[in-house]
Amino acid sequence: MATMIFETLIAKKKAAIIKKWFGEVVDSYPADTSKFLKKQKDPFSNPVGQTTLHGLEAIYDELFKGMDREIIISFLDPIIRIRAIQNFTPSQATGFTFALKKIIDDQLKKEILSKQYTAQFSQLRTRIDELGLIAFDIYMSCREKVLQLKANEARNQTYSAFKRAGLIVEPGDSRAGE
Amino acid sequence: MNQKYIYSLIAVLALFLIAYVGSEAAGLQILFGIILPYLAIIAFLGGFIVRILDWAGSSVPFAIPTTCGQQKSLPWIKPNAIDNPTSTGAVVLRMFFEIVFFRSLFRNTRMGISNGSRVFYKWEIFLWIGSLAFHYSFLTVILRHLRFFIEPVPSAIILLENIDSFFKLEFITHIFQIGLPGFYLSGLILLAAVTYLFLRRIFIPQVKYISLAADFFPLFLIFGIAFSGILMRYVIKVDITAVKELTMGFITFHPVVPKEGISGIFYVHLFFVAILLAYFPFSKLMHMAGVFLSPTRNMANNTRAVRHINPWNYPVPVHTYEEYEDEFREKMIDAGLPVDKMPDEKPEEITADQKKEGKE
Amino acid sequence: MSDELLKPDELFAKIDHRPPKTDWMSTPVQIRKGMYCYASNYKSVEYLGLPNARPWNPLDDDWKLPENWQEIIHQGFKERLEKFRSFKIFMDICVRCGACADKCHFFIGTGDPKNMPVIRAELLRSVYRNDFTRMGKILGKIGGARPMGLDVLKEWWYYMFQCTECRRCSVFCPYGIDTAEITIMGRELLNLIGLNIDWIATPVANCYRTGNHLGIQPHAFKGMLDFFVEDVEDLSGINVEPVYNKKGADILFITPSGDVFADPGTYTCMGYLILFHYLKEKYGLDITWSTYASEGGNFGFFTSHETMKRLNAKMYMEAKRLGVKWILGGECGHMWRVINQYMDTVNGPADFLEEPVSPITGTKFENAKSTKMVHIAEFTADLIKHDKLDLDPGRNDNLKVTYHDSCNPARGMGLLEEPRYIIKKVCNNFYEMPANTIREQTFCCGGGAGLNAGEDMELRMAGGLPRANAVKYVHDKYGVNVLSCICAVDRAVFPALMEYWVPEVEVYGMHELVANALILPGEKRTTDLRGEPLPGMEDKADE
Repeated sequence: MATMIFETLIAKKKAAIIKKWFGEVVDSYPADTSKFLKKQKDPFSNPVGQTTLHGLEAIYDELFKGMDREIIISFLDPIIRIRAIQNFTPSQATGFTFALKKIIDDQLKKEILSKQYTAQFSQLRTRIDELGLIAFDIYMSCREKVLQLKANEARNQTYSAFKRAGLIVEPGDSRAGE
Repeated sequence: MNQKYIYSLIAVLALFLIAYVGSEAAGLQILFGIILPYLAIIAFLGGFIVRILDWAGSSVPFAIPTTCGQQKSLPWIKPNAIDNPTSTGAVVLRMFFEIVFFRSLFRNTRMGISNGSRVFYKWEIFLWIGSLAFHYSFLTVILRHLRFFIEPVPSAIILLENIDSFFKLEFITHIFQIGLPGFYLSGLILLAAVTYLFLRRIFIPQVKYISLAADFFPLFLIFGIAFSGILMRYVIKVDITAVKELTMGFITFHPVVPKEGISGIFYVHLFFVAILLAYFPFSKLMHMAGVFLSPTRNMANNTRAVRHINPWNYPVPVHTYEEYEDEFREKMIDAGLPVDKMPDEKPEEITADQKKEGKE
Repeated sequence: MSDELLKPDELFAKIDHRPPKTDWMSTPVQIRKGMYCYASNYKSVEYLGLPNARPWNPLDDDWKLPENWQEIIHQGFKERLEKFRSFKIFMDICVRCGACADKCHFFIGTGDPKNMPVIRAELLRSVYRNDFTRMGKILGKIGGARPMGLDVLKEWWYYMFQCTECRRCSVFCPYGIDTAEITIMGRELLNLIGLNIDWIATPVANCYRTGNHLGIQPHAFKGMLDFFVEDVEDLSGINVEPVYNKKGADILFITPSGDVFADPGTYTCMGYLILFHYLKEKYGLDITWSTYASEGGNFGFFTSHETMKRLNAKMYMEAKRLGVKWILGGECGHMWRVINQYMDTVNGPADFLEEPVSPITGTKFENAKSTKMVHIAEFTADLIKHDKLDLDPGRNDNLKVTYHDSCNPARGMGLLEEPRYIIKKVCNNFYEMPANTIREQTFCCGGGAGLNAGEDMELRMAGGLPRANAVKYVHDKYGVNVLSCICAVDRAVFPALMEYWVPEVEVYGMHELVANALILPGEKRTTDLRGEPLPGMEDKADE
């Protein structure tokens, strides 16, 4: 029975928690940008904010459902993918996942103290940790992708092959290569 | 960041005090009623003309319209004549829509749907409405004021006044009169629009970030003008006849300062207007004239059909085909590419090159 | 990714951290890895005879500037205010209404408030006020003015090379203030003291010398096209050998060299070869390529107006030398901004050419009667309208196509319907992206104006996010798997962008789609240009 109630509780608090959580994420941007990210609702004018909000909501739901890794990834990936190319350290890019713990502690203080849902909260914490680790996996794969793209750009310069074959002159060369 | 509007606010408050104290206590009515307004008009006209001449003095080397619609190309493709004009008439039309309806700002308004179902309008539409409200109410107010400078008052202005005060808040019977004399909507809208334009500079994050003191100053000033004007009309009444005596004297170059009937608040109003006029040519308010000269809006996108002339087009060093062939001739021949000169026709070029090679 | 590594105890503290709310003028620039392009190679700068050629590194404190650099910038600024009314007006009339603020793909993607177009312009305006207006001199910082200094200069450099001159903000500006124009001026000024990026400077030097950005010499240029000819012969049995540097040909064809060397542009290039061969066989089209004018693109435009003119001059010079009637231009973005708005002015009048007429349909290209250069989308659309091409759009049935309007043809020309008409005639599955991301409101690929280097990949990914986001939308909704475009920079930039954001989507040039659908007389084709089986030919392709 307790589970049922716990789920109701979680659903009831969802809006407030998501609002805080979203706030945490976008507040990692410069203040003026963060307000824009919060306010602009058009997903095409504001992909960062809207992708983030949409993702957080879905992740929140999944944390209390099956914690299916694939589902989590499908919503976490777009958020991390954006943060991986922005001006963040790895911890800043992924750390918002852990912020959820503190937000839940604040929002559900009474319920936690009541010890009524100890098992549920304990499981939740474990899941948030797991979420953080998934975030880090995604972050690393994004970074690897960026580096791979950089490497590709360099390699794709058939240019360099041409150069080796002596087919290209460079501005500094005195005369066309032989 | 607050500094920016605090400075401007302080400046406007200081101006208020100067005018009020100066006219009420120091008795400088001649200065505030005659001398400063004349100087302001001179500064305005002079500054305005100098600015326009200055802009006009810069050349327009390239035709760089921003095209916002389909170009005129093949006869069966419908061009967007206004947003991608190719003729002078179409450019005039584009400018007309831009200047009269703020068309580009209107583009900003888009409806959106969030979370699948919720329809909403973004703040941009308010900027468009706010700007229109501001500019048109200001224009109406200015036109209304012409009654102070023309005698007899033209019927067009009386008509405008009647429209403006359409929503009368008064009851008139043969015995008594309650309410306000024909309340002018324009004044109220102007005040509201200025307040809106101010608030968005405070509350919309990006706009706050980009705002300068110079963006707040005219807002406060115009607020002061509108507020003092409304105050005079409905609360601290001034003697309209005396005001008209002053304004008519002013416009006919026989300036007089009426002895009675005009309070300090009138001089504040007048002083604010004078400051706005004098400030105008040296500020961003010149966008009023500049918009007519903006090359991305006032030029036709017909540069492939009609050559645009750059007055300072000058010759530049180029790498000619001859130089190119001289460098690559042998390779071109080997690859079967046609060349203009066969190697033996001009041996000295090659020799020169070989000499250089030999030296290294 | 940010450079600084945090100490463990700072990690969580940092998560709550909100950056200080400092005024933008008081926030000095930080040059971040991944967001900037390498400094120009001094050899390239030297070859072009541009000022202050020397090795330098943006991350160093000392940028090895000439001693009087402030004087040079001031004089350069002054000169440009006199020469360009656009510059002067745009310096004076901005009211900072904020309509442009959230229209920039770099602001949307990076979240850096200095990427708001209005701030990009204010970087220059603040110095303008200080140096050239009385108000600015009197009021100083309160008046939005600040003196030029090394910090300001570095900020200029960093943000002038975080703008792709796409003009999207200009569409929304009530006065038409065009940040592209501001950036062009900013870059001109920076070039006066030798501050360019290598991804621009070296292609410019190459183009000046060899005729194309890559420094491909004439025989190698021909060699590359020979490869394509072989490829096309392998897959169709038809020899589409082009003609080079032919005197007296009817038409000179010029396209960006990017399509000659890098996938997927190479398929677009094959597309041209196939189309021209078809037209030659069927209607006797007499068209020539040039190894000298072998570059349609013009990175000079990203350096200065003068450099743009120097590189562009080749087109008319070659047309004159070869004695052709008019010029046909390939698929390219900024190349077309230059041709449409600058070429005739800087290097015209082209009175040695004839007013362009399609030799096949007889259509007069009235809109190009002075410049005498026709866009290949106009040319091909006209052919299709007159039913001159034998097309089987079913051959593209495996593709679900969307179309990206390149910034320059959209906002510096208005070429919107021609490509759509063509694509719809050669593809059965076409889907538009959302309205506020196409046509005149199109989002940049994130790598225009010379920013498509490798080292600034983070910048490119961030700048391309709004575009990728719209592609992802049609991908999710309609299963779109092809992003088509008419720009060589797009073709160079999008594959990486798509690989990061929407990996299931491939990038196609328009004429690749045309060539897939075009039935060559006597051909035996079972695959498309990429060697993939044509729809319904899966069995035959394996044989």
